Amino acid sequence: MKFLVCISNVPDTTTKISFTPDGKDFNTAGVQFVINPYDEYALTRAIELKEALGGTVTVLNVGEADAEPNIRKALAIGADDAIRVNIKPTDAFLVSTQIAHYAKEGGYDLILMGRESIDYNGFQVHGMVGELLGIPTIAPAMKLDINGTTATVEREIEGGKEIIEAALPLVVSAQQPMTEPRIPNMRGIMTARTKPLQVVEAVGQDSKTQVQGYQLPPAKSGVKMIDAENAGDLIKLLRNEAKVL
Amino acid sequence: MSVLVVIECANGEVKKSSLEAASYGSKVASTLGTTATAVAIGDVQANALTSLGEQGITKVLLDNDSRLTNFVGAAYVKVIAAAAQQENSSVIIASNSNIGAAIGSRLAVQLGASLATNVVAYPEISGSSFKVRRGVFSGKAFSDVELTSDKKIILVKKNAVDIETSAGATANVENFSASLTDADFAAAPKETIKQSGDILLTEADLVVSGGRGLKGPENWHLIEDLAKALGAATACSKPVADVGWRPHHEHVGQTGITVSPNLYIAVGISGAIQHLAGVNSSKVIVVINKDPEAPFFKAADYGIVGDATEVVPKLIEAAKALDK
Ligand SMILES: Cc1cc2nc3c(=O)[nH]c(=O)nc-3n(C[C@H](O)[C@H](O)[C@H](O)COP(=O)(O)OP(=O)(O)OC[C@H]3O[C@@H](n4cnc5c(N)ncnc54)[C@H](O)[C@@H]3O)c2cc1C
Repeated sequence: MKFLVCISNVPDTTTKISFTPDGKDFNTAGVQFVINPYDEYALTRAIELKEALGGTVTVLNVGEADAEPNIRKALAIGADDAIRVNIKPTDAFLVSTQIAHYAKEGGYDLILMGRESIDYNGFQVHGMVGELLGIPTIAPAMKLDINGTTATVEREIEGGKEIIEAALPLVVSAQQPMTEPRIPNMRGIMTARTKPLQVVEAVGQDSKTQVQGYQLPPAKSGVKMIDAENAGDLIKLLRNEAKVL
Repeated sequence: MSVLVVIECANGEVKKSSLEAASYGSKVASTLGTTATAVAIGDVQANALTSLGEQGITKVLLDNDSRLTNFVGAAYVKVIAAAAQQENSSVIIASNSNIGAAIGSRLAVQLGASLATNVVAYPEISGSSFKVRRGVFSGKAFSDVELTSDKKIILVKKNAVDIETSAGATANVENFSASLTDADFAAAPKETIKQSGDILLTEADLVVSGGRGLKGPENWHLIEDLAKALGAATACSKPVADVGWRPHHEHVGQTGITVSPNLYIAVGISGAIQHLAGVNSSKVIVVINKDPEAPFFKAADYGIVGDATEVVPKLIEAAKALDK
């Protein structure tokens, strides 16, 4: 079984977001980058399935050289090899066309990724990759099992879940509680250094959107405190002042 | 040229988020000097759709093929693509829901369209420039994005726009059918498990949420009773779902569900940055925490320092006393 796991390189979840003075770019100064948390679910589940069924896990990142420490981390967690498509990921369509191209070349049975990246929050790449490859996408998935050439997926729907059985190949996007993400151990870190990380060039660079600039939301004007003894007053304020009840 | 709005239905009714999408679509249509058509799929009665006229929709295409009762990505996309072709639609609007996202990304590829998800405001259109504002960095920022293709798909974030209503206007409902084949149902669900009774978190205007400060599931009745008295949905922080006090679909935050209700009440939640990321676009935030230094107070509009077991019963009492 050949697994492809797409990972994106995102600011650590505790990052205070700021932008360059002209508002055109994210300010990366002092920011720690991590594997997108949703992608960690996908990666760990792929490694678990490989351990159970045999096969290989390839990780793929569309991004520049600064993503390599996190690609190595994915190898340390247990992926077998890695591909980095060398281009700045400016748009979901651009990322998806790169993934679809290399996924097709590699003939993977299952393409896994996170439901969305926590930076640009597109929630688009999995669907675009599926469509570009002409195979079904199941998103977002909370559970994934494989039996022969059939995948059983629990998909979240608003207010519940669905059980879907579908033939491979498939694109599946992951979210909690799919599995417990793994932390690399010393042995993993050592072996990751010798695993192949192939840098390939982008095929075209077709994007369909262009970021013009960023804004931070307006700051809150401050909190109004209510004495715990008279907690009931809050409800009146919510009705008469905030007008939300 | 026209605007096409994708309508989601539940229990035979149009979802509130789709009424927002319809309002959005009609406004975009009038800016572009055209009309807005809607496409509705699956289990809904025609008479639930005629009132979309109140949101400015002139015509609704209804495909109620019985195989479409449950959402199936490929089949839904085929119906919407066929509707877009028939109506010659240059802009397609849907809700930023799981369904909207699944449809949007597939259609974007099929139509060669620009796609913007998580859109929080009406577009700025001037000449050939078409710009939208979307939420990024898990609600910690916005980005203004130019949609550069001729065709555009916009997924509108819930509660981001008001529902415009012109009372009494009606839309014409027409039956519509795309030629679906068995292959379109290759990834159809075999079983659907729905929560019943509760107010859907993703659709809710009011949310009451609990954290580890509740101490255990035995105290959850405080959250549930307050939610019930207010007509709110319930939610929780990540550790609460991780230990299984509450189901995972209630977990809000950076790695959980993003919510943007009119009112978010956080009880016994510290306000870690990952939690805030999923809730800070709520219009009004109330924080109840026994620790006056809890970071959540910085993001709150109203706060009470106190023990949940003493404060929440007082709120329940006051909420019950409200005349609805
Ligand atoms: C990659 C990553 C992703 C994450 N994603 C999310 C996410 O999506 N959502 C999320 O919520 N978290 C997320 N977290 C976890 C987050 O960092 C916090 O650990 C979590 O939000 C804390 O939950 P809590 O506030 O319920 O618990 P705690 O931090 O334990 O806080 C409990 C609060 O309750 C108060 N309290 C205690 N007793 C009482 C009482 N009797 N009455 C009133 N108040 C009381 C305490 O003062 C405290 O402020 C993530 C973390 C990481 C690393």
